[in-house]
Amino acid sequence: MTDTDRHNSPKSLLVVGGTSDIGRAVASTYAARGWQVTLAARDTEGAGRNADDIRTRTGAHQVAVQHLDILDTGSFEPFLDGLDALPDTVVCVVGMLGDQTRAQEDADHATTVMRTNFEGPALFLEMAAARFAARGHGLIVGVSSVAGDRGRASNYVYGAAKAGFSAYLSGLRNRLGKTDVHIATVKPGFVNTSMTADMDLIGPLTAEPEAVADRIAALETRPSDVVYVLRAWRLVMFIIRAIPEALFKKLSL
Amino acid sequence: MKDLSGWGRYPRLSGPLGMARDTGPAATATATLPGVIARGLGRSYGDAAIGRDNTIDATGLNRMQSFDPKTGILAVEAGVPLADIIDTFLPQGYFPCAVPGTRFVTVGGMIASDVHGKNQHIHGTFGDHVAWLMLALPDGRVMRCGPQENADLFKATIGGMGLTGTILSAGFRLKQVETGWIRQTTHVAASLGEAVQLLSQTANATYTVAWIDVLARGASLGRSLILEGAHATADDLPWGDVRFPPSTNGRLAVPMDMPGWLLNGMTVRAFNELYYRNGARKAGQTTTVPWDSYFFPLDGIAHWNRIYGRRGFVQHQCVIPEAKAESVVAGILERISRHGAGSFLAVLKRLAPGSGLMSFPMEGLTLALDIPFSEKLKPLLAEIDALVVDAGGRLYLAKDATQSPATFAAGYPNLDRFKTLRDEIGATGRMASKLSERLGL
Repeated sequence: MTDTDRHNSPKSLLVVGGTSDIGRAVASTYAARGWQVTLAARDTEGAGRNADDIRTRTGAHQVAVQHLDILDTGSFEPFLDGLDALPDTVVCVVGMLGDQTRAQEDADHATTVMRTNFEGPALFLEMAAARFAARGHGLIVGVSSVAGDRGRASNYVYGAAKAGFSAYLSGLRNRLGKTDVHIATVKPGFVNTSMTADMDLIGPLTAEPEAVADRIAALETRPSDVVYVLRAWRLVMFIIRAIPEALFKKLSL
Repeated sequence: MKDLSGWGRYPRLSGPLGMARDTGPAATATATLPGVIARGLGRSYGDAAIGRDNTIDATGLNRMQSFDPKTGILAVEAGVPLADIIDTFLPQGYFPCAVPGTRFVTVGGMIASDVHGKNQHIHGTFGDHVAWLMLALPDGRVMRCGPQENADLFKATIGGMGLTGTILSAGFRLKQVETGWIRQTTHVAASLGEAVQLLSQTANATYTVAWIDVLARGASLGRSLILEGAHATADDLPWGDVRFPPSTNGRLAVPMDMPGWLLNGMTVRAFNELYYRNGARKAGQTTTVPWDSYFFPLDGIAHWNRIYGRRGFVQHQCVIPEAKAESVVAGILERISRHGAGSFLAVLKRLAPGSGLMSFPMEGLTLALDIPFSEKLKPLLAEIDALVVDAGGRLYLAKDATQSPATFAAGYPNLDRFKTLRDEIGATGRMASKLSERLGL
C-alpha cells in the first residue's frame, strides 16, 4: 500500500469476524491506510461499535457493517453478490475456542466449534476465491491457529477444526497457485484478546492484535503463504511437531 | 484475585477484578455487584480505584464514538486512554482542554477525579469541559447527565471518585492548537516568597507551575523553578521542525524495584540540587519543547514508581486557601525537610475553584509531594494534615491513601449533599471503594 492508493479509487477490504479484537485491529490498520472497510459479523451492533471507533480514530468515512452468520452457509452466496463491489482483500478472523471438556461430552458444542472454525470460514473463502479468480486478482487471508499444527489433549476439538482450515487454505492456495489470487494462512500464536482473557499467556510468545494486523497488512506488498506472526512460534511448533507421538501422548503439553 | 494497588503501591491490596468489554455488561455489573467501583489504568495513587468487594476493569470500554470538528466535541467510551486521544487528535490540531501529569489515564478516571493541569487557574479542570456523560446507576438505570441535564448528578459525578455510579461514556471538548510544541520560559525563585510571587506574575500564561526543592532549608526554603508555558504557533517553530511531533516515550524504564535505601536524604538532596542548578542556568530563557516532555515528563520513564522500592510511596497533595497559603506551605516544607524523607522536587501551583461537588481545586495554592512510605511517616502526615485543616484546605482524593475521615469531612463542605445524593440514587453501600470505606462514605 502506497500513497498512490489514496489518489486512485480506494481499495476495499472485507473483514469476516468484525467484532473480534484481531478483526478490529485489521480493519483499523487498513482504514488508516485509506482503504474502504466492511465489517461482517453476526452481532452488527458490536461491529457498529468498532466501525464508529475506526471512523473516529482514523478519520475514514468508508467503514461499513454487514450482517453475516458464519454458521449460515446458505447466506454466503447472496451475501457476496449483495456487496456493492467485490473487495480487493478478504480477511477471515472468525474463531471460537469453545470448551474442550464440554466438547468431549456435548456433540452439539463440538459441532459448533468445528463449524465455526472450519466449515463456515472454508466455504466462505472458497466462494470468495471463485469470484477473485474470475476477476483475476485478490488476496485472501485466513487466520488459523498454531493449535492446528498438532492435536493436543487440552484443545483438540478447536485444534482439529483449525488444522482442517489450514489444510483447506493450503489446498486452495495450490489450486490457485498459477493465478494472481493469493491465499495466506496466518497463525497468530497467543494473542492478547478477549478469547484468551482467562489464560496465563507466556509473554514472549504473545502478540498484540495490532501486531497481527500489521503482519496481515504487510501481505499486501509482500505476499506470503504461511505466516507465524511471532517468529518464535515457527520454532516452537517445529519442536512440538517433531516429538514422536509415543512420547507426546505421555507429556501434558 | 488481582493486585489492585494504586500507582503509589501503598496500600497494597488485591481483590476480584472483572473486565467490562462493553457498556452493557459494565452497567449490569454496576447494578448487580455489591461494594463495587470502576477502575481505569490504575493511576490514582492510593485506594480510590480498589473496590470494597468488587472492581470493574473499565479499560475494555475503549472505543471512540465520534468527533465533531465544528464543536470540537469528542465522544468516547470511558476506558479510552488520554494517550490515544492525543495520538489521534494532536496531528489534526486538537488537544484536550485539561490534562493531568500522565497521559496513561482513562477518560472515566479523569472525570471521576476531576483532574487538573498546569492551566487550571485559567481553563479549569477536565470536568469543566465535559458536555455530557452516560452514568450507570446501582439500580440498573443508565442516565445521561450534563450541565443542564440531571445537573445535580452531573455535578456529583465530576470529582465523585466513581461513587455515584459507573461512567460509561462521555463527550468533552478539545481545543485547537497550531502545533504540538510548547514555548517554555523558566524563572528562578530563591525562596518560597519569590516562588509565590512569580506564580502570581505568570498567572496570565496559559500554563504555569513551580517545581520546588522540598529539601532546601533556611533561607532557601521553597526555592523553585517556575515553568511558564504556552502553545507555540506555527510561526514560532524553526524551519524544518515537525508541527506535531509524535510521542517519544518508552525509551527508558525502571526495570525492577529499587532498594529502599536508594532514596535517602543525601541522594535526593543531591538530585534536587543538580536539578535546581541546571534550571537556574536557563533562567529567563525561552525554549520550545515537545508536548510530551512538557506535560508528561515522567511518562518517559516506564514504571517510575518502582524507584521508591517495594514499600511504595505516598503522594500528598493539598490545597491551601489564599490567605494562609504561603505560611502553611512553609510549615509543611519545614516539616518534610526536617524529616529528611526522600522527596524529589515537588509541585507548587495556583488553583482556581473547581465546579464539581467534590472537586479538589479551590482558590489557593496546591502543593504535591512524593514521599517513600514507612510507618514513621504516618505521624508526620497527620501533623501536616492538621495544618491543612486549620487553614481550611483539603487533600486530593485521587492521591490520598492516609487521611482521616475528620480531615476529609473538614475539607469538603459539600460532603453532606454528596451523601444525600448517594442515598437518593441507592449508591450508599453499593458503590464503594477502599477509599470510601476508609473515609466513612
